[in-house]
Amino acid sequence: MVETDLAQIWVYLHTSPLLGLTVTLLTYGVAHRLYVWAGNNPLLNPVITTIGMLIVFLLLTDTSYEEYFEGGQFIHFLLGPATVALAVPLYEQLPRLRAVWIPVLVALVAGVLVGALSSMAIAWVFGASPETILSLAPKSVTAPVAMGISEEIGGLPSLTAVLVVVTGIIGALLGTKLFEWLRIDDDGVKGIAMGVSAHGIGTARAFQVSPMMGAFSGLAMALSAFATAVLLPGMIDLVRAVFPGLLS
Amino acid sequence: MHFLNGITILLVYQLVGEVTVRLFGLTIPGPVLGMILLFITLVIRGGAGKALDSATGALLGRLSLLFVPAGVGMMVYFSRIMNEWLPIAMALVLSTVVTMVVTALTMVGVQRLMAKRSRDDG
Repeated sequence: MVETDLAQIWVYLHTSPLLGLTVTLLTYGVAHRLYVWAGNNPLLNPVITTIGMLIVFLLLTDTSYEEYFEGGQFIHFLLGPATVALAVPLYEQLPRLRAVWIPVLVALVAGVLVGALSSMAIAWVFGASPETILSLAPKSVTAPVAMGISEEIGGLPSLTAVLVVVTGIIGALLGTKLFEWLRIDDDGVKGIAMGVSAHGIGTARAFQVSPMMGAFSGLAMALSAFATAVLLPGMIDLVRAVFPGLLS
Repeated sequence: MHFLNGITILLVYQLVGEVTVRLFGLTIPGPVLGMILLFITLVIRGGAGKALDSATGALLGRLSLLFVPAGVGMMVYFSRIMNEWLPIAMALVLSTVVTMVVTALTMVGVQRLMAKRSRDDG
């Protein structure tokens, strides 16, 4: 009797949002503790470890992604309001922005165009499929916006989410060394470059260097989210018009 | 109550953004338009207020958690990632480095150009 009861409970859990939601929050809690314990080591970024642990859990318990997402959707839904909320830090950086808006704007447009086009071109050269190329294009933008853009241009939003997180970690790992090598001391410049190329994860790293670099990185992250959302769909249309068949 | 009021404001802006995007067939995501509209509102009003600060702090303070459910979706694309690991890895590393270098050097260049011009004028 006990055995059938357990089986029934498991059937219930598989079809209820409760399991996916609870297990996501519990796993993230463990992953975050691990990250703090390792001295905020970017390789143990809580997003990556949580995703890894959850995938192992789902595979071991033979739970499909669709069943998991019954619960996961409640957290996923908050990406929308979180994107709207980016207006608040952007507003708070307004006085800083007024002083340097021309160089910031030019660098931002250059960074957004180079970021999207270079990732697509490199992926194409190494033989990636059209969906992968399109999923890579918004890789430098904060995930909620990148996923929206990916869906818009014909990429795979979930794949984009993963690529965005990995991009942020790469930027956070390489950024400071790269600026040292380029002999750039200006924390404003470093922050803008970090935010444009490595969004929120890069911004978290920038705050560890200095408050000014962090503020500029946050500003660049929000502005490049605007700029990419506005520029990228048109750019993709242009690529499709000039090279018919390349992205389909 | 602050948090609830703040999240309501954010949802209203997202809703207006989504409806506007669909109404006019725009290519930007609805939440991004919502962000632009909220930003304009903040500039006009001259501040966010306690309710918005509370909701924004809660959402952006744990922003990375919100990416998890979508990220777990990579299990669906596991074979794609394995098949295309080389182009994906190359694109992510090289493009991130190139983007960083181009952005930083462009900003330094424009700043120098503007400083030179203001010296020449003065």
